[in-house]
Amino acid sequence: MLVLGKYRLPGMSSLLLWALLWEIVGRSGLTFFVPPFSEVCVTLFNVIGTPAFVKALQETAVAFFAGVFFAIVIGIPVGILMGKSRLLDELLLPWVNMFLSAPLTALVPVLMVLFGFGMQAIIITTTLFAIWIIILNARAGVMQINRSLVEMARSFGATPMDAFVKIYFWAALPEILGGVRIGVIRAVKGVIIGQLLISIVGFGALFELYSANFLMAHFWAVLLVLFAMAFAVSELLAALERRVAYYAASR
Amino acid sequence: MVMPQTERAFTPDTVDDAVTVKRITKSYGAVEALKNMTLSFPRGELTSLLGPSGCGKTTLLKIIAGLLEPTSGEVLVNGRAVTGPGPDRAFVFQDFALLPWASVMRNVAFGLELRGVAQSEREAIAEKYIAHVGLKGFERAYPHELSGGMRQRVGLARALSVDADVLLMDEPFSAVDEQTRRKFQEDLLNLVKTENKTFIFVTHSIEEAVYVSDQIAILLPRPSRVSQIIRPQGFRDKDVDNIRRDPEYLDIVDDIWSSLRSYVE
Repeated sequence: MLVLGKYRLPGMSSLLLWALLWEIVGRSGLTFFVPPFSEVCVTLFNVIGTPAFVKALQETAVAFFAGVFFAIVIGIPVGILMGKSRLLDELLLPWVNMFLSAPLTALVPVLMVLFGFGMQAIIITTTLFAIWIIILNARAGVMQINRSLVEMARSFGATPMDAFVKIYFWAALPEILGGVRIGVIRAVKGVIIGQLLISIVGFGALFELYSANFLMAHFWAVLLVLFAMAFAVSELLAALERRVAYYAASR
Repeated sequence: MVMPQTERAFTPDTVDDAVTVKRITKSYGAVEALKNMTLSFPRGELTSLLGPSGCGKTTLLKIIAGLLEPTSGEVLVNGRAVTGPGPDRAFVFQDFALLPWASVMRNVAFGLELRGVAQSEREAIAEKYIAHVGLKGFERAYPHELSGGMRQRVGLARALSVDADVLLMDEPFSAVDEQTRRKFQEDLLNLVKTENKTFIFVTHSIEEAVYVSDQIAILLPRPSRVSQIIRPQGFRDKDVDNIRRDPEYLDIVDDIWSSLRSYVE
């Protein structure tokens, strides 16, 4: 964006404005719930090196990446197969749509009964939050594939596996990446909800601890870290999406 | 209106046919796309399938390619019955069907890649055919960077590089502009002369069919059938510049138009 016709603002400059507003609200002493932004930042740097924080970060990262990993390696092939096979689509689509819009948080107690109170249940919760949109997008990507690409592969002797790996996956890749990006954002929600409800570990435990003790600066600091992580991962995927954009329009 | 069907008698040993279509019927439910069609494609020649839209010419081509299954009848390629796609046939698509995420090199080599040819070997072959169709220097380009005509040259190079006996072309020049198309037609004539392959060429352009073909099969719709087979005699050996002025060329174009006129809405 250009200001006064000539000064180019760097991306996300608007965040500065919101930080300023936050600072003003915090300093005005309106509510103890919102400490000034500067105080949150100072707390952030104090907290970041502590063993408690490092441990929470580790636990959260492990659960998050494991959950996203399973959502991707299961979700993409299932979505592609649904896009290819009418039968599979009819069988699975109602379930996918249901779980996509279902209040998954309500399912967490069931998961606890099935999988216990450990890491396993948290990972499964994360996967469940992320996987449905990944499946739906991979399916949508495959369904818009140009039929003559499939015929071309067949006419040159492609096996079904060749077609899957060399045609369907790549043709659907722009949609798949879009799905993974949204899935990853949902996975952040999933991992925190899992940590809050299943066993109080990781960032969930920190949130619980800070809010119970009215340590609002600490609370916001951890939330900022979480936002930054989610934002970074999502931007990374958006960059990947832009790398395939050159052919997304000309399939 | 039903026209009498002229069927060329099936005589296996008199001419060397690369492809033979025997009593092919293809129906979709109650609709008959092709009815009892019999047709021969002499080796080393270019045969056009010409007709109004809906006459089943693309359906027939896809049945020969093994991409569609006929309801009854059989297709023989080099004497063997077709049960699916095979290395003896290569297809050139109307919309080019290039992998948009792959370079020209990979696209041209893709047929060989699917056949498990090692990378260095298939790229050497692809390089040769890229040069052959006049795209030298574009090996690293992507399809979206090329014009329509150049894209179809990639499609052609891909079909040539697998070295199939039979080249199946589905309205290959209909998506390129008129000038490019004329150049393509001239190049195709040279290709037929030099490559020693059998070409089956679907088109809806009468001039194009007469210009490039050794044999033209006129297909008529509802139900689809072969109405006429025309073999231009006099101008096939003339050079490319003189064909369009040849009286026989003009007569054939007129004849075909008068027999197709009533089928065009």
